Amino acid sequence: MEKRFVNELGWIDEDQMLDIVALGQSSPGPIAVNTSILIGYRMAGVLGALITVLGTILPPLVIMTLVTYFYLAVRDNPIVNNLLLGMQAGVAAIIVNVVLNMAMRIIKQKRVVPILVMAVSLIAGIVFDVNILYLLLFAGIIGAITTYLDLRSKKGGAGQ
Amino acid sequence: MIYLQLLVSFFQIGLFSFGGGYAALPLIQQQIIEVRGWMTPQQFVDVLTISEMTPGPIAINAATFVGNQVAGVSGGIVATVGVTLPSLIIVLTLAHFYFKYQNIRMVQGVIQGLRPAVVALIASAGMTIFLTALFGQGSFPIDISNINWISVVLFSIGVFLLRKSRFGPIQVILLSGLAGVIIYSII
Repeated sequence: MEKRFVNELGWIDEDQMLDIVALGQSSPGPIAVNTSILIGYRMAGVLGALITVLGTILPPLVIMTLVTYFYLAVRDNPIVNNLLLGMQAGVAAIIVNVVLNMAMRIIKQKRVVPILVMAVSLIAGIVFDVNILYLLLFAGIIGAITTYLDLRSKKGGAGQ
Repeated sequence: MIYLQLLVSFFQIGLFSFGGGYAALPLIQQQIIEVRGWMTPQQFVDVLTISEMTPGPIAINAATFVGNQVAGVSGGIVATVGVTLPSLIIVLTLAHFYFKYQNIRMVQGVIQGLRPAVVALIASAGMTIFLTALFGQGSFPIDISNINWISVVLFSIGVFLLRKSRFGPIQVILLSGLAGVIIYSII
């Protein structure tokens, strides 16, 4: 996206791209969708945002609809069944790899709070089956407290 | 009112998926297996597999796929719009306030704080996928004698390829799929 919008089309500059990524990551949803909304909004207000987001979701929508019907038609075919059976192992590998990468990134930061939150959420979620939303709320509150303390100490330091 | 259910479920999925593409995974699992009972763990893994292979974010693909299966083409559209709506609303709201105050550090801090929990959540959804692929069932208690050794091998090779070689996710899925076609037909 940076290639197209910053370099090729010259719609936004690199600083704005950084802001857009920051905003996009601070909102729920896929980063591609969020950044498209922001770029559209920047270029042409709310209408622009609606147009860009439509442009972003339309191709997957169309392609996936076709794929779904193809899937439903061939699902019972024994070869397709074997294909999906094999693919499952691959998908499991992908998810495990993603989790390992994300977890290691947090552990390498060597900060106690995130590691603790991760461990507690893991146990609460898998062993005690705590609802996703409660875990998010718990982590969110801790994040808010940590950030607040962080920002306050920075302001205090700058004042001196 | 299946359309309303699709809208509500996928709106929630879109609303709480903070922290990257895979963050939607545990939410999708919760909604389509546990809350609505639209799919079995087995079918959920199929949803994920196909969503990985097709272009577009996983959440969008999964919404279209599930929506179509549950309520046809219009179902797919309703689900996809539903999962996109929260992003639209929240992003525009944040952009507006950012434009006014040039400051979303508090929001960013909260999102940072969410990350470790999101990793744990993806891990627990991953557990379901792992168990389904290797043991044929989605949750504990599992029957260890049910183990699918071919899956175990393919899974291990997959993890190795992803971590130690330049193979990407799509190639790993294709390879394991191909291996599945060959191996399972021989048996």
